[in-house]
Amino acid sequence: MKKLKYALFTGCTAKNSTPELMKSTEAVAKKLGIELVILHEASCCGAMHLQDFDDFLALTLNARNICYAEKHGLNLVTICNTCQLTLLQADERLKNDVELRARVNEKLAEVGLEYKGTSKVRHFLYALLEDFGVEALGEQVTKPMKGFNIAPFYGCHNIRPTSLHANVNGGENPYKPTSLDKIIEAIGANAVDYSSKNKCCGFHADLQSSPAAKQMTGNAIADAEDSGADMIITPCPLCHLNMDVQQKGAARAVGRELSTPVLHLPQVIGLALGLTPKELGLNHNVTKVDFID
Amino acid sequence: MSEVKSKKLTFKIFRFNSETDYLPVYKNYELEITKMDVILDVLNRVKWEQDGSLSYRRSCRHGICGSCAVKVNGKAILACKQNVFELVEIFGEELIIQPQSEKRAVKDLIVDKKDFWGKYNAVSPYLIAEIDEHPTCENIISKESVEMIDEADYCIQCGSCYYSCPAVNYNENFLGPAALAKSYRFTADERDSAKTDRLKNINQPGSGVWDCVKCFECAEACPKGVNPIGKITRLHNQVFAEGVALNNVATRHAVGFKDSIEKHGLLDEGELVRYSEGNIGVAKHLPEAFSMLTHGKIVLPWDMPKSENLDEIKTLVDSASTAKFK
Repeated sequence: MKKLKYALFTGCTAKNSTPELMKSTEAVAKKLGIELVILHEASCCGAMHLQDFDDFLALTLNARNICYAEKHGLNLVTICNTCQLTLLQADERLKNDVELRARVNEKLAEVGLEYKGTSKVRHFLYALLEDFGVEALGEQVTKPMKGFNIAPFYGCHNIRPTSLHANVNGGENPYKPTSLDKIIEAIGANAVDYSSKNKCCGFHADLQSSPAAKQMTGNAIADAEDSGADMIITPCPLCHLNMDVQQKGAARAVGRELSTPVLHLPQVIGLALGLTPKELGLNHNVTKVDFID
Repeated sequence: MSEVKSKKLTFKIFRFNSETDYLPVYKNYELEITKMDVILDVLNRVKWEQDGSLSYRRSCRHGICGSCAVKVNGKAILACKQNVFELVEIFGEELIIQPQSEKRAVKDLIVDKKDFWGKYNAVSPYLIAEIDEHPTCENIISKESVEMIDEADYCIQCGSCYYSCPAVNYNENFLGPAALAKSYRFTADERDSAKTDRLKNINQPGSGVWDCVKCFECAEACPKGVNPIGKITRLHNQVFAEGVALNNVATRHAVGFKDSIEKHGLLDEGELVRYSEGNIGVAKHLPEAFSMLTHGKIVLPWDMPKSENLDEIKTLVDSASTAKFK
């Protein structure tokens, strides 16, 4: 297989509050022989909030972000669902609206850049599935997660809206997504089927509508727990912050105890590939990961 | 499935009578389904051939009245538009037909939509303008102005988005995607004279645009391509553009992104929470901040990473900004 190489848009969270996502992504990529060129020049994607305030500025900044992947001649991968959504939205708008693209490129020219639209914008999860392949991933497993019941939590911004994502997420159906389930099976574990797996964790209204957001988080964790999950995994660090760091608050909001470890997707893949908990940054997880030493 | 002309399928249908029943039941109905059949054909044939007591709304059969909106396996659909074989492709052969909202069920698939209509009415869903009752010439609207409204006008009030919205489910005061998209329908209409009042109405904490959780369930559920969340984003933009944004946690949270990007390129997460909540409000986050600190999840201010080529970002923030916050 040709060596896979991508431009990695880390997003802010991986450089701030989820260092374990950064560590585990790099460790898994290295183990699988995938080269990641980190886009250190990139800015924040705006996370759908700058877009609420200043849509054109957010669009211009994201065009700049994509420019840096283009400069490397590489396709871009994200490791956060919301980064994926905002970058892909920007990419689609710029591809489909010549006038808007000209306005944005006029701004980018001030800093010597031009958006061309030549880099595909995909979440690392789908690059892994499509380019590396789930079977090839299964062949690399040295420590199968046998006997573990793992609940996939997909996160909104990788699967909705279909009209935006269909070309870059393998046509995942938001009402019955399967990508994480396939990875869970490939690493030798059982995928837990539960109705909250494609629901919202509430992250984007955490400060603005806190009681609703916390109940959404709490109910999703409770649903996974009641369906027999030993752990939850997610491809989104924002879902992770809500479900892991805020698990106690979410438990209070739904009036019951919750204690389910929540792992980032590359953390669980890494365990199956034989990487150590330290290499995967499991010491950073707040809700105790009780099945490792 | 495409080669199969017909197939025997069993449908589980939600049955409940709010006047006599304590709990609902799902009853099975077996039917021979052809590749042309839609869910409304299933409901009609069950009612006409198997069980006349099955209750559901239906009217136009052309996807324009919004009456027959139900859910199948959690997916909001118009029964008259939704092909059955397409659903089998997604969910397999176990298809469960449910009301839009189980907790609002009155009889089988019929729900009480009074909360939906209450919120719809709360956004004054009609043009407010001084109309010349005896015009002497046409009132011509430019193509660009019409395009501004465009898909927001396609709404048929079916409730698919509203009953798929988790923010509505967890916050009964939230106006919800249909009413907000309808509000935009008029704030974007150049003939309407109530834009400022409308924006003040949808800008209220607890009920307005800031309580949207950005899950895109509404965009996915809408059978008419209204894309309600896209309209909610435009309402956010209009709130700032018209100068009616309140100074509160939600607006500061949106604006704080720009400040942080200008300074670091990246987001300073801790500072964003402090700026949004204020120096007193931020105190409630201390327990989680402490557990993050002890797990190495907080970057201290002097270690805050910055984007490379930050000067480019500063230039663009300066040059491409289009919004202001008082």
